[in-house]
Amino acid sequence: MALTETSAATRRHRRRVPAFASALMRFFVMAATTLLGLLAVTFFIGRVIPIDPALAIVGDRAPQHVVERIRLELGLDLPLYQQFWIYLKQVASGDFGTSVLTTNPVLTDILRVFPATIELATVGTIIGAVLGIPLGVLAAVKRGSIADQVVRVIGLVGYSVPIFWLGLLALVLFYAKLGWVAYPGRMDIVYEYTFTPATGFYLLDAVWQGEWDVVRDLFRHIILPGTLLGYFSLAYISRMTRSFMLNELSQEYVVAARAKGLSEARIIWFHALRNAAVPLVTVIALSYAGLLEGSVLTETIFAWPGLGLYITNSLQNADMNAVLGGTVVIGAVFVGINLLSDLLYRTLDPRTRSR
Amino acid sequence: MSVVEQTVKPYSREWLLSDRPQSRRQAKLGRAYVVWRRFAENRLALLGLMIILALLFVAAFAGVLAPHDPLQGDLRNARLLPPGSEGYLLGTDDQGRDILSRLLYGSRLTLLVVVLVAVIAAPVGLIVGTVSGYAGGWIDAVLMRITDIFLAFPKLVLALALVAALGPGIENAILAIAVTSWPPYARIARAETMTFRQSEFISAVQLMGASPFRIVMRHVMPLCLSSLIVRVTLDMAGIILTAAGLGFLGLGAQPPLPEWGAMIASGRRFILDQWWVAAMPGIAILIVSLGFNLLGDGLRDALDPKEAGQ
Repeated sequence: MALTETSAATRRHRRRVPAFASALMRFFVMAATTLLGLLAVTFFIGRVIPIDPALAIVGDRAPQHVVERIRLELGLDLPLYQQFWIYLKQVASGDFGTSVLTTNPVLTDILRVFPATIELATVGTIIGAVLGIPLGVLAAVKRGSIADQVVRVIGLVGYSVPIFWLGLLALVLFYAKLGWVAYPGRMDIVYEYTFTPATGFYLLDAVWQGEWDVVRDLFRHIILPGTLLGYFSLAYISRMTRSFMLNELSQEYVVAARAKGLSEARIIWFHALRNAAVPLVTVIALSYAGLLEGSVLTETIFAWPGLGLYITNSLQNADMNAVLGGTVVIGAVFVGINLLSDLLYRTLDPRTRSR
Repeated sequence: MSVVEQTVKPYSREWLLSDRPQSRRQAKLGRAYVVWRRFAENRLALLGLMIILALLFVAAFAGVLAPHDPLQGDLRNARLLPPGSEGYLLGTDDQGRDILSRLLYGSRLTLLVVVLVAVIAAPVGLIVGTVSGYAGGWIDAVLMRITDIFLAFPKLVLALALVAALGPGIENAILAIAVTSWPPYARIARAETMTFRQSEFISAVQLMGASPFRIVMRHVMPLCLSSLIVRVTLDMAGIILTAAGLGFLGLGAQPPLPEWGAMIASGRRFILDQWWVAAMPGIAILIVSLGFNLLGDGLRDALDPKEAGQ
């Protein structure tokens, strides 16, 4: 008995390593081709759609020789595939061009603003997961009840409401009328001079340095946009949790656990939810990627100095380098999260391995 | 048995629910009736259907229903009137224009965006998906890689970049949203095609000498339609929200067009004192996209009972 078990274990172990390696291979091939395609699309948007990218940079009143010089500098006289090759080499070396608006290299700008977006999306995802999972479990357990309907409506409204509109109304109510939260922005101007963050993640920095006044102020600023994003992630997470839990609760092991006399709470929270946890990890990762996108409009409303605000500001100023650089970065992170969650799912869930 | 069937009145309930239809039409009508019954049991789905019908009605008769001109306001007497003012049910904006009239006319723009995106994106997705699924091999691999690449972009961000390059305007916004919308349809159509690619009726048509083109067009595509329609309906809300987001950023319909997202943007300046200018268009967006979501959910449950309630 013990012998067969060990042999089975080694066999399983031997099989798992190549499975994981092939998943990893798949991950890198997918990531590489998707990134290449992503860059082809942004190249197309930046270089092919505009009638004359040189004019887009210098304006249509520039003298002819200036336009010609820019055209040569951009390599617009070369065939498209060579232009694309140059573009790839530039991106690979971190060169997204210079922002017209800030006159910095676009990569420098993006590295400066991206932590703010990550901080916001992380807070949003935490709020969404902490509230969304219990709501989804509740809806699944009390299927068809009033609670289920309420959770469903909360989710549907989340899917249907324009995020920027809800943000505006929330600002009017909680900032202007009630005064519960701070004004739009990341922190009070007072602290801009006294607080020197070591990284771009202000909340972590402030906690690390023990600056509790700053922490409180940062919290008053992030709570409203974070809750707003959290609501959108809640809509998605609660819906998926409900679906996964319904699936688990109809399995035979639940019947077996009931027959053994386990308490209903134990069955729900320890047995069923644990089995639903693996797909849930994927869902949370996907909702995190979704929030990176949702942050574009949210940051615009809340003057949150992240990548979303950077992109929309650049848009208003026809700063194409910055817009495309931001698009590539968000796209790349999106691809990374999607593929990672896929990889995680394949590694964590033994059932997907046999496929 | 035959005696019973002869006594059944055509188009009656029993006739529709008969499990031995005598004609193709009876079978089709019977199936439609069953789907409708399942759909109608769901009150929220009916509510969604009513919202969408109301939207169609309002868009068709905006000229009759609107009490004021949507573009020309009364700057002297009617600036920023609160809701419930004499003659202005939902108030007026900073140019003295009746918000209700603008919302009613704006429904046409919303409908235009939704319909055009669906008309462009759904056939593209359907063709890519069915060809990919039926052909298999390297055609499938190439088409699906392209689909994955477009799927990898966050929709709003890709639409933003596209409109930034094409220039603002409602036509370009529609084009940009369509470019970002087709990949999921291709995925669904491919998955559907794969399930019956090896089935016997396809082999039969192949044996009769039908060309791959004919098989895909006449036999594969029609079978993919129902799941595609459900998905498109569910996507409508997202399309409306993306269009409103583009409008809000000034990249969609240009002023003075009464596009709902752009109306929210123009009301943003007065949000603290004249909240209704920005609030009313948002309510309109919320109601319409809720309607599409409810309708889509209901359709999915009715057409595909397996998935019901999930």
